Amino acid sequence: MTRRFVSDQPYDPAHTVPLSAAQERFYAATPRQLFWYRFLRHKPAVVSAVILVAMYLACLCIEFLAPYDLETRHSDHILAPPQSIHLFHEGRLVGPFVYGFDYQLDLETLQRNYTPNPQKVQPLRFFCHGDDYRFWGMIEGTLHLVCPAEGGTVFLLGTDRLGRDIFSRLLYGMRISLTVGILGIAISLVLGVLFGGLAGYYGGWVDNIIQRAIEVLRSFPELPLWMALSASLPVDWSPVVIYFGITIILGLLDWTGLARSVRSKFLALREEDFCVAAELMGASPTRIILRHLMPSFMSHLIASATLAIPGMILGETALSFLGLGLRPPITSWGVMLAEAQNINAVVLYPWLMAPVVPVMITVLAFNFLGDGLRDAADPYSR
Amino acid sequence: MAEMLRVEDLSIAFDLPGGSFTAVDRVSFSIPTGGSVALVGESGSGKSVISQAILGILPSAGRVVGGQVWFRDRDTSPEMDLMTLPNDAAWRRIRGQRIALVFQEPMSALSPLHTIGDQVSEALHLHRRLDRAAGAELTRDMLRLVGFPDPKRAFDAYPFELSGGLRQRAVIAMALVCRPALLIADEPTTALDVTVQAQVLHLLKDLQAELRMALLMITHDLGVVANIAEDVVVLWRGKVMEQGPTAELFRAPQHPYLKHLMASVPSIADRPRPTPPEGDAVLRVEGVTKRFAVRASGWFKASTQPPHVAVDSVDLEVRRGECLGLVGESGCGKTTLSKMILHALTPDEGRILWRDDQGVEHSVANLGGAGLKAYRRAVQYVFQDPFASLNPRMTVADIIAEPMVIHGIGTEASRAARVQELLHRVGLDPRHRLRYPHSFSGGQRQRVGIARALALEPRVLLCDEPVSALDVSIQAQILALLAELKRELGLSMLFVSHNLAVVDTLADRIAVMCAGRLVEVAPAAQLFRAPRHPYTTALLAAVPLPDPDRPLDFSRIRDGRASNPAAWPEPWRIGPGERLPLIEVAPGHFVRQAHMREAA
Repeated sequence: MTRRFVSDQPYDPAHTVPLSAAQERFYAATPRQLFWYRFLRHKPAVVSAVILVAMYLACLCIEFLAPYDLETRHSDHILAPPQSIHLFHEGRLVGPFVYGFDYQLDLETLQRNYTPNPQKVQPLRFFCHGDDYRFWGMIEGTLHLVCPAEGGTVFLLGTDRLGRDIFSRLLYGMRISLTVGILGIAISLVLGVLFGGLAGYYGGWVDNIIQRAIEVLRSFPELPLWMALSASLPVDWSPVVIYFGITIILGLLDWTGLARSVRSKFLALREEDFCVAAELMGASPTRIILRHLMPSFMSHLIASATLAIPGMILGETALSFLGLGLRPPITSWGVMLAEAQNINAVVLYPWLMAPVVPVMITVLAFNFLGDGLRDAADPYSR
Repeated sequence: MAEMLRVEDLSIAFDLPGGSFTAVDRVSFSIPTGGSVALVGESGSGKSVISQAILGILPSAGRVVGGQVWFRDRDTSPEMDLMTLPNDAAWRRIRGQRIALVFQEPMSALSPLHTIGDQVSEALHLHRRLDRAAGAELTRDMLRLVGFPDPKRAFDAYPFELSGGLRQRAVIAMALVCRPALLIADEPTTALDVTVQAQVLHLLKDLQAELRMALLMITHDLGVVANIAEDVVVLWRGKVMEQGPTAELFRAPQHPYLKHLMASVPSIADRPRPTPPEGDAVLRVEGVTKRFAVRASGWFKASTQPPHVAVDSVDLEVRRGECLGLVGESGCGKTTLSKMILHALTPDEGRILWRDDQGVEHSVANLGGAGLKAYRRAVQYVFQDPFASLNPRMTVADIIAEPMVIHGIGTEASRAARVQELLHRVGLDPRHRLRYPHSFSGGQRQRVGIARALALEPRVLLCDEPVSALDVSIQAQILALLAELKRELGLSMLFVSHNLAVVDTLADRIAVMCAGRLVEVAPAAQLFRAPRHPYTTALLAAVPLPDPDRPLDFSRIRDGRASNPAAWPEPWRIGPGERLPLIEVAPGHFVRQAHMREAA
């Protein structure tokens, strides 16, 4: 037998341990704030978000950021290798500069040889006047963030077979490649929410038909289908119209995944007690969907949409690489990669494959961001 | 007697985003060899955390910040401090073999893809070198010991083939198959029906004596403690409030917390009750039957099995101003019945009638449009789960105002005033109206749920197990609130519960349901004083009381037969396909039985 013990501590159910400031904030927080707290704890997602925001902001002012214009040709610098930026010349600080090239044609192999000449120090200029451009196709301007020295060059990622600066083209391509995903996802989001919502809410034969249709759509081999659809775009359409055509094709084929996640979320939420409660109060289906279902899965939707954007970007890249997507003069990362299709590029001019790097960065960033959003989307789960 | 487990000054802290939180604060107790100790407390008391620490399975945010846990395997072996075990291998020699754990939820503790025999013998094969045949033999012995009527068949059965009680027996067999020195049972009977709970408690007690094993019981139920533990440790917010021999503590609790807890336990007391109101019926259920088709396995195959009868020609009425308690164990059809009353399911036979304020009766199944809207206004529902029934993305004010918005009542300002009034009415601080549900405790959320149900000034409140998810002391508060509301607002109530003791505090009349049928309907006082039906008496006998002088009478709880109509004695026995009438044995007291020709 153990001895009896009675604590001398008082029992006061009303007494609560004073909340720390952080807990206080948590308890008074709105679901949106909780979402935000949880998102901020997902470090890779935050970093990705910063990168993506920077990229999209850059899309707004490509003309200013790019040292050259999209179409500026340097016929004496065809397929030039990247020039690296130096700070010191012979132990002396000059500020950022590049060494100019000496050009020599190897008459045996017909290979162009560019060698940096340490005598040609070409300091970079900042906020300078360079190539003419029309900002967003409207305002004329010449101001650039960076220009080469007078008479010099600055090819950070080399030039292509027409002597165009790849770095500048990469920046211009970013504008197209990043927006293709957004427009496409907008289309697939609308279709996905519509069909997924119908299937989830009505169930029964509606659900059956939509599910079977999705299965059929998903069972098509993806690439040939894309190719067939984009081949059906009339050749005489202007590049801008083609661009919209491609985004619509991407959106039309991508909604199935979203529709499925919307449907499953719908089905799960409809069984939740709070939805049953609303039903028992006499709420109409419209009210239940708008007031109870939508806010609950909106965050999930945003997360899945984010996770679907990389698919769009990769789709555009793949199509353009095969020559079936966007066509010059519209420049996207895929269009640029199409020029790196032969073995020459891989062996002799590897810098032509530079667009692969931003594609990877973007896709990874979107995936991390989507992950973080998805984790934060349900503030009440652990 | 030697002590096999000594917990000394154990402190456990959890690292939370807002800082560290002490979940267990200098708790000490000891378990003698073959003894039984109960850790009792409400949610957040730290009782489960202690058991996790003893087994070395604390969640990653938790850590032991002080104290030791001394474990002596056999009387002759040296003591060792479990908190300083060097590695996982050392833990594995103890865990499962010398100290075993029984979980609360028998379904999730068993893998659905393996047979009972496989799962029970797994622990054997992990800890001992045995060939298959010897392992199977030992496993069957253990299955027999935990009370499987046919251990050979149980060995090859899958968990889904077993009832909840048998599943929990299988989990216990799994824990005991290595003959541990100490069994930790974490709320082993909470998920079970009362009659099954009594059987499992009986089993644990028998096994403990037979295997000379120590038992650490973790529970929130003082009644369970009184029936199984020699010593008890009462915890509140991680601190020991009172500890000592169970009988001594329960006869004369000293600490205010234990006193409060004892007073909160719902009990069946023979107390004076007001006579049930004799108004006309607001709701009448007439011969309602609901069958569910047993799902066919293929697309094109029609089901050949006979449908399952969930509710079998039930007659009931809820009178104006009364509370009717509907009691039954899981699967008895009480939830199906309440769903039909709420017009969420349509009865296959019979009808449900609702009398509106003008005294006109409507058949609920035929209501539509404006009629249904009026019905929804008059009959409101309080949910069981206070967490799932409130939309986490709406503020409390929006949640409570929602029914008024749906029914187009009042202006924005008048609704806001009504929300304030309702919050005040259910005992919540109106200043918290702009908070979201996640910042409220379970009891507070249930109050929000009740306020929402009251917003439309209903005539009838249908409560489906409104307190079963709450702590005992909170339970008592919510029940008191409901009783007060019923009295002051003149509400009629249908109170559905599996627990007779909970129903007792509120109900004027009680209807007992078993296997889809009503078996006994009587005024509450009458039912508790003179229950007639064997099922009712079994239910009453199975409620564990926190009173050491009134232990469970295990001989009266016949294994599994209490809820099987074919196993009831005459004249109550209902064989397959048979029907018996409800007979009035006393004024207002109906029992389903054969006509007593002999007695008459």
